[in-house]
Amino acid sequence: MSYELVAGLETHIELSTNTKIFCQCTTAFGGEPNTHCCPICMGMPGTLPKLNKKVVEYAVKAGIAVNCKIRNISKMDRKNYVYPDLPKAYQISQLDKPICYEGYIKLSSGKSIDINRIHIEEDAGKLIHERGGTYIDYNRGGVPLIEIVTEPDFRSIDEVLEYLEKLRLIMKYIGVSDVKMQEGSLRCDVNISVRKKGEEKLGIRTEIKNMNSLNFIAKAMEYEFERHVDILESGGKIEQETRRYDSELNITESMRGKEDADDYRYFRDPDLVNINVSEEEINRLKDELPQLPDEKMHVFMNVYGIPKDDAELLIKYKKIAEYFEEASKDIKNKKLASNYILGQIFRRLPTDWEKEECGISIPPEYLSELISLIESKKITSSMASTALEKMLDSGKSVREFISENDMQGIDDDVLKEICMRAVSENQEAVESYLGGKEKAFSSIIGYIMKETKGKADPQKAAEIVKEIIN
Amino acid sequence: MQSGKALGGEKLSKIKYLKNIMETKEISCVELTKKYLNSIEKQNNIINAYVNVTVEEAIKTAKKVDEKIAAGEKLMPLEGIPMSLKDNISTKNIETTCCSKMLQGYYPIYDATVWKILQDQNSVLLGKTNMDEFAMGSSCESSIYGATLNPHNTDYVAGGSSGGAAASVKGNMAAFALGSDTGGSIRQPASFCGLVGFKPTYGTVSRYGVVAYASSLDQVGPITNSVEDAAIVYDCLSLFDPKDATSIGSKISTVDKLNSSIKGLKIGIVEQYFEGISEDIKSSIDEAIKAYEDAGAQIIHFQMPKLHAVLPVYFIISCAEASSNLGRFDGIRYGYKTDSYKDIEEMICKNRSEGFGKEVQRRMLLGTYVLSSGYYDAYYKKAQNLRYSIIQDFKKIFESCDVILTPSVPVTAFKKGEALIDPIATYMMDICTVPVNIAGLPAISVPCGFDRNKMPIGMQLIGNSFEDYKVLNAAYQYEKQTKNIGETSSYPEVEI
Repeated sequence: MSYELVAGLETHIELSTNTKIFCQCTTAFGGEPNTHCCPICMGMPGTLPKLNKKVVEYAVKAGIAVNCKIRNISKMDRKNYVYPDLPKAYQISQLDKPICYEGYIKLSSGKSIDINRIHIEEDAGKLIHERGGTYIDYNRGGVPLIEIVTEPDFRSIDEVLEYLEKLRLIMKYIGVSDVKMQEGSLRCDVNISVRKKGEEKLGIRTEIKNMNSLNFIAKAMEYEFERHVDILESGGKIEQETRRYDSELNITESMRGKEDADDYRYFRDPDLVNINVSEEEINRLKDELPQLPDEKMHVFMNVYGIPKDDAELLIKYKKIAEYFEEASKDIKNKKLASNYILGQIFRRLPTDWEKEECGISIPPEYLSELISLIESKKITSSMASTALEKMLDSGKSVREFISENDMQGIDDDVLKEICMRAVSENQEAVESYLGGKEKAFSSIIGYIMKETKGKADPQKAAEIVKEIIN
Repeated sequence: MQSGKALGGEKLSKIKYLKNIMETKEISCVELTKKYLNSIEKQNNIINAYVNVTVEEAIKTAKKVDEKIAAGEKLMPLEGIPMSLKDNISTKNIETTCCSKMLQGYYPIYDATVWKILQDQNSVLLGKTNMDEFAMGSSCESSIYGATLNPHNTDYVAGGSSGGAAASVKGNMAAFALGSDTGGSIRQPASFCGLVGFKPTYGTVSRYGVVAYASSLDQVGPITNSVEDAAIVYDCLSLFDPKDATSIGSKISTVDKLNSSIKGLKIGIVEQYFEGISEDIKSSIDEAIKAYEDAGAQIIHFQMPKLHAVLPVYFIISCAEASSNLGRFDGIRYGYKTDSYKDIEEMICKNRSEGFGKEVQRRMLLGTYVLSSGYYDAYYKKAQNLRYSIIQDFKKIFESCDVILTPSVPVTAFKKGEALIDPIATYMMDICTVPVNIAGLPAISVPCGFDRNKMPIGMQLIGNSFEDYKVLNAAYQYEKQTKNIGETSSYPEVEI
């Protein structure tokens, strides 16, 4: 009997506002423990929270970017639970009036993953277990988060991974988060259940908490799916529970059952007032949004004529996409720009991080200039390749390496002369070619290119040579 | 009234009087401060108004004020005035315990906004005053430091929860005091001690730095000898505070409005406030009503049947909020820590069980219960709905009157130990004060006579939101007409 996987995601994303959600402390990652703290985010008696307006703006932007409706009036609630990393013994979050609701993200298959809600909340501190003791670092406490909750719309691990990639990219594009999974600025809880194929009713779900790597998410889901199937196959029942993934053993293990679930005793936080977001403000934020990855993809493919795979690579790194746009702005052959970036330039940026940061040593205008020289046939592509390497080494413009003289190109008569010489000096190759060996032809062209120091247009040269031979 | 006598019989506020004698160099601020410190030293072991006397802080500020006087500078309204703060108001580097074992040895690392305002005014802090533990109670008897006695008659308690604040003023151990009022904690002790206690409109005075009991009800306000003093202090405190999201502040000078005529003032009498009050109180209030009528005010009668629901609404909401607000006291970062424990869970449990007193634990348990899933709708949600409709009822009444006049408390001061016998019966005594907190309204308690045991009786005036000035003026006009102010202050030992 074959089983179908059903999953839903709760994704926490740290917002990259300068200051925390309820105080003026910095949100910078790292820092000596307990140095990014004040009486407010430490929950000292008598302190009060004051909502950072930027957090609301970022959350609204995130909502608009994933097609959510925005609530004009929402509120903050207290989620009460005791844990040493939570100094007030409650987390300020949103229960029944999340700021954004009913959105979706479209996967490449055309399938929509529905987003139930996005709400604002504060992050907790961090427990550090070392030297036989447990220490608390409150630097992260009060860093703003949004939690994005989907419907149980996923039917495969691949869908989950694609959704997360898309979500990550969108958040990155709109600039509300740096979404660095390794720093925990994107964390995921996966709700998972299985059912027999064709069945309507959802199975009993388990929740795997707090994962911050796509690789772990895939492995944990794989493990959990098989665990569910094994239990059902052997006639057992799934327990509704919360589990954690142990990446070393590659297993999930139970954290707490349904009975032990906390009663969070949610109620409206009396220290905070309503959050009002007017239609005008929503429209203003909408106008501030940059072009989103999906739209960019569409433009790159359908307007610029970039092949799908190439477009995907460009889009994957926001700064690279922008570099490409800038470099190809004034040139007709956009694909040429894409080719240089994905080829010669990417070879120099082997890691994701370098691409993410777009560590290209020359400004996009330099690449643009180089390509327009090719387009105006002032230099050949082989000259351009050589020059580009030198440019990337030095950070200097093409003018440093190719003189006006070099750019003159080859006069047609001169080229004809060289071509004739090439034929006469390469009789062996000419005969081989005439004998049917296509390959021999390229050595003739190679000779011409060498003689002209790459300035000849190889296509034109080929035409002349063929004319002479025939 | 000595201040009056000293200035040729003209009625003046104590604060104005003290400022005047400092400015005219009749007395220096240091001398004045020392007089108050002396008064504290002589009486506090009996009265127990202060739990912490800040001698150095007081002298330091007084010296600063004397320098200003010497330089001929004009004094700000509260400059150089010796005063006290309730022990739930955070004072940087000065122990702030909320009179709980849980917070003994806790020194805040920041200042409450109200204390900051008073520091900017160069008010002289004499010390921190006794209160019911975490402001939960009405006799100061739940304080870890024991009850505060009533300086008017030490067989009685000073009331609560701001009992120490009231006793500090009544015993001439402070010229004014700041208390906090969640269900009557300023007005009830003021009434018991024969003083003026003012609970401002919710949002006009910052709550930042005041250790929260019930955030949607808490409000800081003054306890003073006279209405004018209350208005002077309130005008200084009612600033917008960007640190408090519920802060609005007030731009109206209530002092400037104190001389408005009350001819034609519409005073509302709500029948339900008078149920179960003692005969003595009834007749004192009747006299007050008559005094108003004599002054040209118009009396209008109202019904407010929902008043019966106010106490359950108050206890559900205040306990729910308290259960959440007090969750942070786990003894990990500050506060009481138990001696032995086997793991963190046991440590937190023991810290809380041993650190919190009975009344606080009772209210946290109740609050946890009413917020629990399965009970939320039956209790908390219902209470919130009722709260909303009570607010509407008040709004309706204020469409046809300016202020509502009620007794402050259905009884006069409790004898020592009396309040502890039956907690429910004691809760019932908050019936007149609580509705104001539920609706966020301003209200004042002013002395209006004595019962057969010669214990002070308080009259309460309630106003519409942000009409604090109307309440203060109505109270001021009554005070002026009845000259009740003279009898309210006793001046033992030290003449100030």
